[in-house]
Parts: sequence; structure tokens; C-alpha cells
Amino acid sequence: MNNTRKNKIKDQAFKALGMLFTLFGVSILVVLIYNILRIGFTRINWDFLNSLPSRNPEDAGIYTAIIGTVDLMLLTVIFAIPIGVGAGIYLEEYSKKSKLSSLLEINISNLAGVPSIIYGLLGLGIFVRYFNFGGSILAGSLTLSLLILPIIIVATREAIKAVSPSLKEASFALGASKWQTISNVVLPSSLGGIITGIILSLSRAIGETAPLIVVGAMAYVPFVPHSLFDAFSVLPMQIFNWTTRPQQGFAVAASAAIIILLLITFIMNGIAVYFRNRWQKKLK
Amino acid sequence: MRIKEKLIELILKLCAFITILTTIGIITVLLFESISFFRGVSIFEFLTDTEWTPLFSEKHFGILALVSGTFLTSAIAIAVALPLGLTIAIYLNMYAPKSFRKTLKPILEILAAVPTVVYGFFALSIVTPFLQNIYPDLQTFNSLSAGIVMGIMIIPFISSLSEDALFAVPKTLKMAAFGMGSTRFQTAFKVMVPAASSGIIVSVILAISRAIGETMIVAIAAGQQAQFTLDPTIPVQTITSYIVQVSSGDAPQGSLEYKTIFAAGLTLFLFTFSLNTISFWIKKKYQEKYE
Amino acid sequence: MGKEKNENVIESSLKRKYKLQAKDVNVFYGDFQAIKEISMDIKSNSVTAFIGPSGCGKSTFLRLFNRMNDYVDDFRMEGKIFIDGQNINKKKVNVELLRKQVGMVFQKPNPFPKSIFENVAYGLKIQGLKDKTFLEERVESSLKQVALWDEVKDNLNKSALTLSGGQQQRLCIARTLAVEPSVILMDEPTSALDPLSTAKIEELLHELKKKYTIVIVTHNMQQAGRISDYTAFFYLGEIIEFDKTNKIFTNPEKKQTENYITGRFG
Repeated sequence: MNNTRKNKIKDQAFKALGMLFTLFGVSILVVLIYNILRIGFTRINWDFLNSLPSRNPEDAGIYTAIIGTVDLMLLTVIFAIPIGVGAGIYLEEYSKKSKLSSLLEINISNLAGVPSIIYGLLGLGIFVRYFNFGGSILAGSLTLSLLILPIIIVATREAIKAVSPSLKEASFALGASKWQTISNVVLPSSLGGIITGIILSLSRAIGETAPLIVVGAMAYVPFVPHSLFDAFSVLPMQIFNWTTRPQQGFAVAASAAIIILLLITFIMNGIAVYFRNRWQKKLK
Repeated sequence: MRIKEKLIELILKLCAFITILTTIGIITVLLFESISFFRGVSIFEFLTDTEWTPLFSEKHFGILALVSGTFLTSAIAIAVALPLGLTIAIYLNMYAPKSFRKTLKPILEILAAVPTVVYGFFALSIVTPFLQNIYPDLQTFNSLSAGIVMGIMIIPFISSLSEDALFAVPKTLKMAAFGMGSTRFQTAFKVMVPAASSGIIVSVILAISRAIGETMIVAIAAGQQAQFTLDPTIPVQTITSYIVQVSSGDAPQGSLEYKTIFAAGLTLFLFTFSLNTISFWIKKKYQEKYE
Repeated sequence: MGKEKNENVIESSLKRKYKLQAKDVNVFYGDFQAIKEISMDIKSNSVTAFIGPSGCGKSTFLRLFNRMNDYVDDFRMEGKIFIDGQNINKKKVNVELLRKQVGMVFQKPNPFPKSIFENVAYGLKIQGLKDKTFLEERVESSLKQVALWDEVKDNLNKSALTLSGGQQQRLCIARTLAVEPSVILMDEPTSALDPLSTAKIEELLHELKKKYTIVIVTHNMQQAGRISDYTAFFYLGEIIEFDKTNKIFTNPEKKQTENYITGRFG
């Protein structure tokens, strides 16, 4: 009887521990958000969104950082989507089981685990220095595109895998070519999953700081980039810069900028989840 | 028609090959600058010196100083994330009602979606002052806060992946254990965890790899002083935050300082590549068990 | 010399009489042999049924006629398949064109997640045919052939997935007919349907056989008896017997055939 009681106690104790830890995980998120709001919420106003960064914490704003983020994301999207979706289609629909295809798959899985700062070094060596693009928005977007490429490729493959093979059979049996089947049947059906993957990869890219620092994004950019070769700044970089300054005013400004960044990140993730749910319903 | 089809296939194939080019690019860039670096600095010094001061007038190039910073912060992170993550995984899988699992798992995954610069700010501005109330000798920049916050960020890596591994264990094993009168606790640790061990180990390895490669949290909160130490209350510098430090400055191309970031980067790449490869092989070897 | 010439003349006139022909066909999936030395001649405008237990090669053999096995890894074929006297496995044969001549209906209805109209027009659109009037006429006539027109004519833009199982299968048949093939291959087309829909489709086949050559794989022997002119009994990759349906079901030559027909195994 003693043993059974001991076991029961262990069981209940562990259950309590599990609940505690889970609640801890959730509440840390709450603590984080609460504190950020506490410090920075009042700082957010139209001026904040519209001003350029400044050496004076009271005047500092995130205008150039936001524009830089938007421009960077647009460019990144232009590079990453066609290549990522194209690679995903190739791997899922064309490549046959061979040494080459295994190599491609292992390589992509490896790239997904490479720290983002290494991508920064890659961008520095190749785009900034070798191609001479300088610390420009072009170099930054190319670097980020390579970073998020594995995410888009995996999402595309999963989305295509979910399309029923019987639909492809029907298309072939009617005399459609491989590309016709892909463009008329496979892609329309997998679009939801692909879009979800793209949005998730972008929400990841928006928060990236390290690779952009290495590539040469600057924190004090009092102008908006006008050409591909201009210098630029992005929101997370601005936050980083302000966080490293001693004045309390900058800590407040950093919090305010964080609120904006988190808002953007959560909204994008929310949209992605919404899309995924709709698409998964459609498949059933 | 056939030409058009072949052309399309070629274009798509080239898209896929960009991934190979990326890897080749990474290896080329890292090796190229590192080889040039090692012409000026001996590998022996690089691997054995415990001081790293390339930016000072008296230059030391011992990577161990940076490695110790990386190791210390990552070890603290895993010390936080592993017990929490694994316990949460077992709790969600075996104790919590299904609805809990459905809602809590995605909420925990949000922890992984928060941009790391936000975590860095959190560590410096909120966690460090909080810890200083408990231990006043804690310096402003230290590896403890950074490590704890990194650990929190990594919890979902371990909890979600381990929970998936537990979920994949055939229900029959679970039922057999219950049928013999085991408690959930006994079943969890004597049957489920061993059965899911490969998946759990993979999740831990991936979490370690993630911690080692993390930059912003340590760059903001752990300090910029490369020290070969195990003391969590003083500033340290990781490989990643060193690279950030130099990049934020003005190291001219071709200078020794410039090359140091690639030598450091190569070291980091070798670590994470080995870890990722090991986890890949484990996954491959043991996943066939249930197929 | 004269003898050979005579044989060639006979051979080519046979080729004109038979729509589909198989000569000494062997099919392998890796090391596994799915079809063993089958030769067969199928007449135009007839309905031929393939019967036999599961896994005996019926579907595999059916799919040789529209080369759908090409997509299976490890697939390897020896022997020749002729349609209208032409070897369809020669390199110069355009597979997409072949499949416009030889249509296929599958076991589980598989309409595209598009509108009813788009489904039926699909085969035409991929050929580059765009003329609106032409497409509308073809869609209407195909839907009429499968007796679906009256049921859907006011809802052509609705998703095909809103139709019932039986209607979806008839839609798939209409989709196949729209490209005007001369051969229709059917792989257990009614096994996923209820008896009423099955009856409707069998009725359909009686009409279709006047214009098309039909080959149908079926598990349902009564169905084979009802609708086919000829029947082939497959067992373990071989054809045990191939003859007029009447003969197979009333007076089969082989004992094995008789045993299968009477339900002693299968």
C-alpha cells in the first residue's frame, strides 16, 4: 500500500509541476507584453511615427525605420517568392528519387538551421563586397531572401503534397502536360498553404536584426531610401540602437517601437493562421 | 510544346539550385577570409589562447574566450528550457485535457515568434534589474539574464517538438502501461519518454543549436567583454555578439579585424553544422522504427 | 516472299478491324511481374469487361492503353500496344495527343475543385481552344450525353463539389467525352456509388457504346454480365479466358473461370 501511495503522490506532484511550468511559459509572455506597454505605450503618437531618428530622445521617431522595413520587405518578397515557390515545385513535382534530390533536401534542411548571423556574413562577403552593392537595401534584401528561402520552400512542398493525387491523374488523363497540370490544378489548390508560408516567412524577416547589422544597415539614417543602392534602416535595428543608449528617454522610445514591431508581427502571424485554417478546411 | 515544358523544368531546377549556391557561398566566404586570417595568426594560438582582444593594441586571438561566452549563455538557456520544456511536453501530452493542448501549444509557440531584439530589451531592462533585487552583485551586463531569457525563447523548441514525439508513440504502448496499473507519471518516464527519446533528443540538439547561434539577446544584455569564465554575473561576449560589435564599427575591408569576424563565424558555423547533422542522422535512423 | 506478303495484308486488315491490340505484353514493377504474356484484340464500338480477383493486373493492363503507368516508378513494359494499328509506345508518339483519343474514368469521382462548366471545358481549354460559343456548345452536348444537363444547366458556375457522388461521376464522364475521344477506359467506375447512380451509369454505357470503344474494369460480375459484349477473366497477371460475355457466363471453357463465376473463389 505504501508504494502505491508514493506513486500517487509523485503523479499528482508532477501534474502540479506541469501546470505550473505551462502557466509560467504563458505568463512570461504576459509579463513581457505588460511591461513593454507600461514603459512605451504613452510614447506612441503620430509624431513618433512620423519623425526621423534623432540624438535627442524626445524628438526621436521611427519614420525612416518603418519606411525602410516596408521597402526591404517588398524587395525581399520580389526575390524570395518566385525562387522559393519555384524550388518547392521542382522538388515536389519534378525531381525523382536520386542522389541529387537527396542532396538538395539535406542541404535545404541544413540551411534552415544555419544561424541568421552567418547569412549576414554571406551577404557581407558576396553582395556587399564582391558584387559591390555596398551596405544598401539591395544587399540587405538579397541576404534576407536567402535566409527565408528554406521556409518558403518547405511550406510550398507541404502545400503541394496535400493536393490529392487523383486530381493530377484526372488532369493527365485528359491530355494535360506536366506544367499545365501544375498551373491549372496543383497550384490553385495549394495556394492557401503557400501564402501561409510566405506570410510566416515575412513575419520572421521583419524581426531580423543580426544579418542586417553585418550587411551594414545603419541605425542613424535620417532619410528614406530612394534607390536600390541607398543605405537604409529597419525597425528592429532602430530598437537595437536605442536599447544600447543610456538615456531613459531612449528606453521609452525603444519600448514604443517594440510595441509597433510586435503589433506588426502578431498581426501577420494571425493572418497566416487564418489563411491556414481556411485552406485546410477547403481541403476537406 | 515539348520545348516549353523542358524550359520550364529547367527554370524551376535552377531555382532549386540556388539553395546549393547558398551553401557554397557560405562555405566559400567563411573559408576565404579565414584562410587569409590564419596566414597572420597561428591556428594553435587561435585554439588555445584564452584571451580575445583583436580590437585592442595588444592583440590576442584566442577563440576560447568567445566560445566560453557562447557556452555559458547557451548552457544557462538549456538549463532553463530543458526541464521546463520537457515537463510541459509531458504534461500537455499525458495530463492536460485535449482542449488545453489545443490552445496552449500555439500560445507557447508565440514565444518563438517574438523578435529576438525584443527579448534583448526585456533581458536588459526588466530581467536584470529584477535579478539585481535578489542578488545585488549582479552586473548590468551578465550572462545570467541573457541566458534565462534565451531559455524562455527556446522553451517551445523543446516543448513542441518533444510533445510531437510523444504524440507519435503508438497508443498501444500507453494503454499497455495503464492496463498494468501504472500511474501517468510512471508511464511517462518508464515508457513514453524512452519510446520518444530520439525525437526528444533531436529537439534538444536543435534547441542547443538555436541558442549557440542567437545574437541579439546576448548582444544587448550579456555584454561586450570577451572573458574566459564560468561566472554568470559578469559581462561576457559570445561569438555572435563579437561579430555584431565589429560590424557596427568601421573595420576596413582586408584588415585583420575584418577577417576575425569570418574566423569567428567559421567556428560558429562548424558547431551548428555538426549539431544539425547529428540531429538529422538521429532523426533518420530512429524515425523508421514506427513506419 | 509471297507468303509473307499475304501475312502482312492479313495483319493490317486485322489492325483496322480491331481498335485496341496488345501483343505479348509483360509488365514489371521492379522485380515483381504484374502482367504475364498477354495478347488481346478488342473490336471497335464494343464494351469489353475485365473481371477477376483484386490485384490480378486488370487496372495495370487497362492503364497501358493511355500510358498512365508512365508515372509509376519502377514500371517496365515489354511487348506492344496498338491503337488503330499504331504502336503507342514509340518515341515519336505524343502522349498528350494519345490521351485525347483515349479517355479515362476513375474509381473514385475526381472532379476538379472548379465550377461544373470549368470541369467539362478543362480538356478543351488545355488544348488552347478558347472560343466561348464553341466551349458552351461542347459542354452542353457532353452534359446531355451523360443525362446531367437538365439537372445542372442553371448552375453551371456552381462548384462541382456540390454535386452528389453519382452526379460527380457522370460529370467526370462528361469531362472525358468533351474532348471527343474514340476510346473510353473505365476503372471500376461505379464501385464507389449507390445502386441508383450505378444503374444510371450502366444505362449511359448502353448509349455510349454506339459511338465509343469502351473497356471497363469491374469487380461486379453481374455488371459485367449486364453491360459488356466481351469479357476477359484475369488471374494473377494472366488472361485465363477472353470471349463473348454470353459464353463466359453460361459456358466457360476453363475450370478456373467457372469457379470464379460461380463464386467458389474470388
